Amino acid sequence: MAPTKQPTNDAEAPSLVVRDISKTFKIPEERSHTLKERALHPFRRSRDEEFQALKDISFSIPRGEFFGIVGRNGSGKSTLLKCLAGIYRTDRGQIWRNGRMSTFIELGVGFNPDLAAADNVALNGIMLGLSPREARARYDSVIEFAELEEFQELKLKNYSSGMSVRLAFSVAIQVDAEILLIDEVLAVGDAAFQQKCFDVFIRMRKEGRTIIFVTHDMGAVTRFCHRAMLLERGEMVELGEPAEVADRYLELAFGRDAGYDDYEVATPRMGNGAARVSEVWLGDDRAEKRTVAPQSEPLTLNVLVRFNEQVVDPEVSVTLLNEQRQPVVVATTAGEHEQMGAFESGELAVFSFSMHNMLSPGRYHPIVTITRRGEGLDVIDRFTRDMSFVVTGLSASGGMVEIPVQTAVDRWGVLHPEYAQPARGSE
Amino acid sequence: MSETVVVEPAQADSPPSLGQPIRGPRALDESWSRFWHLAYNIARSEFKLKFFGSALGYLWQVMRPLLLFGVLYVFFVVVFEVDNRAEGGAGHFYGAQLLGSIVLFTFFAEATSGSVRSVVDRENLVRKIQFPRLAIPASVVLLAGFNLALNLIVVMVFALIEGVHPMLSWLELPVILLLLTLLASGVAMLLSALFVRFRDISPIWEVVSQILFYSAPVILPAEAVRKKLEHGTLDHVLYHIYTLNPLVAIFQQFRHAMINDQTASAWGVMEKGGGIALLAPIGIVIGIFLLGFWVFNRQAPHIAEDL
Repeated sequence: MAPTKQPTNDAEAPSLVVRDISKTFKIPEERSHTLKERALHPFRRSRDEEFQALKDISFSIPRGEFFGIVGRNGSGKSTLLKCLAGIYRTDRGQIWRNGRMSTFIELGVGFNPDLAAADNVALNGIMLGLSPREARARYDSVIEFAELEEFQELKLKNYSSGMSVRLAFSVAIQVDAEILLIDEVLAVGDAAFQQKCFDVFIRMRKEGRTIIFVTHDMGAVTRFCHRAMLLERGEMVELGEPAEVADRYLELAFGRDAGYDDYEVATPRMGNGAARVSEVWLGDDRAEKRTVAPQSEPLTLNVLVRFNEQVVDPEVSVTLLNEQRQPVVVATTAGEHEQMGAFESGELAVFSFSMHNMLSPGRYHPIVTITRRGEGLDVIDRFTRDMSFVVTGLSASGGMVEIPVQTAVDRWGVLHPEYAQPARGSE
Repeated sequence: MSETVVVEPAQADSPPSLGQPIRGPRALDESWSRFWHLAYNIARSEFKLKFFGSALGYLWQVMRPLLLFGVLYVFFVVVFEVDNRAEGGAGHFYGAQLLGSIVLFTFFAEATSGSVRSVVDRENLVRKIQFPRLAIPASVVLLAGFNLALNLIVVMVFALIEGVHPMLSWLELPVILLLLTLLASGVAMLLSALFVRFRDISPIWEVVSQILFYSAPVILPAEAVRKKLEHGTLDHVLYHIYTLNPLVAIFQQFRHAMINDQTASAWGVMEKGGGIALLAPIGIVIGIFLLGFWVFNRQAPHIAEDL
């Protein structure tokens, strides 16, 4: 490496170098928040329980890389991001950065509901590291991107939540930092705006900015990231190809064999247990674990069911919920496969649901229900596990689905007889 | 800890090419302009909210000290005729002296009491972005400063109406305000840092603030206190302690330099030694400022975790 006085000009230098960082939080058993407690028990050591959030993490991110950090809740990924952002001080280890850095741990930090857009944009911009002059200069483009030209005078409290999110995101992307730290901000806004956010991320990636992205969303990881890292209990478990990391994550989170049994024990499930959904996957290849379904292509959802008792004529149905938890598609085996006969105890069966993908872009959660028509409707199992997939595509009209619509125009002219003599209802 | 670094031989020359180290949150970082922009803009938006937030906006801001003044004025000037009973010309313009002291104290109280909860109330900022932590209490002091500026205009208008003539000693105002701001900032840093860990700072400071209001020369000028405490050693010790309070010197000098030069000056009220004795309260101001900064600076890296 060429020794240069000004590291920022060193094109070869990585954007971020993390060396052996560790972070421990103290969790006091009983927090003495008052002076009286301190005064009454001056010699009592507060018996702090230590929780190691990060253990000896080392990695380095070259310039222009889109780097994903994934992990389950409590795995330490947010702590790591906060250490990188300089919000937490690490106990050990060093972090170096090369270039201007900006953090989006939350959108709209410092927004004040009683102020109008202009004040909030300035305030938020300054929080994110702009000078007041820079913040003012960017105001017009912020408003334009957020599509809020008509609502500039309105106080923020009169904005809908979607509008404030749009404003906040617009400010965030105006901060032209070379390194961006992003914490699940994609999980906000409606589908159309999300698509817009994705576009911005793709643009930033093209511009060669370094992006560090913390997420649960394996679809986003495989689509955007050059590399990804998996954290588990504060330790780095995997670092490499996004697809491999996503696989490991899904294994950890929804583990196929051992992990699955753990899940069953831990979570009470609806239904009598005569049959259980053991897995739901997208596409033909079960091992592939696809999480992305491109628009206007065939989409197949497969449900593997394990029968624990003999079940006669079960009915399996799938409901696809969009992000607003609205059912968009409901499909059932009832019509076509009314009489399937008896499934024996121990039998495994795959029920497939194929359709042409006309969903609008966004995230979908399948809910699978197994029922049996008896006297009433017995629920055998209801599967609501956190399996989801993302529909990608450019067709986002704003409707819940993208059904091809034929349009036609028949120009009647000015004096069309039917128009001149409108049909009247008979009296 | 740096042990891990020293082990690696390549470490010696690698840091320069690795870029800027990220050390975690601090009270102040390299960029003064960022600190200033943050403090100023937070204060400015708060001020704007107060100013335009309610129908009478600014009026309320001025009314609070004026109402307190009205009550005290009726009580002490109309009922007890304090200004007529004071010796020589010291009692002249007692109204303006009282109003001026109330306005100064209002600044001190707003800056200190307002800062107690400030860091905790701005939890959202502290936990979500990296910024020089000191900007938060600084913005509270700044906001109190904006109010002080407006209130001082009212005081000076009132003084001129009462018949105070412009004096050369008005030029001392910046020094008086500087000392008061240093003191208020020191206390603000101290309180806001301590409150993160000790929540009973808030009621304690309420009481202390009340004591300071009645013990500083707001209602009772220092001469009146001296007259009460001139018999015996105990009185002298008490008076000596009284003059150690920096608010005594600051308020008294304000009354002397701004309103009525017949009243005792800051050095005039000192037990003995005059100007040299003033070094004690000034030293206390600087000491509190440094202590406040030291405590805040120590606390700053952990605020986000301790909240």
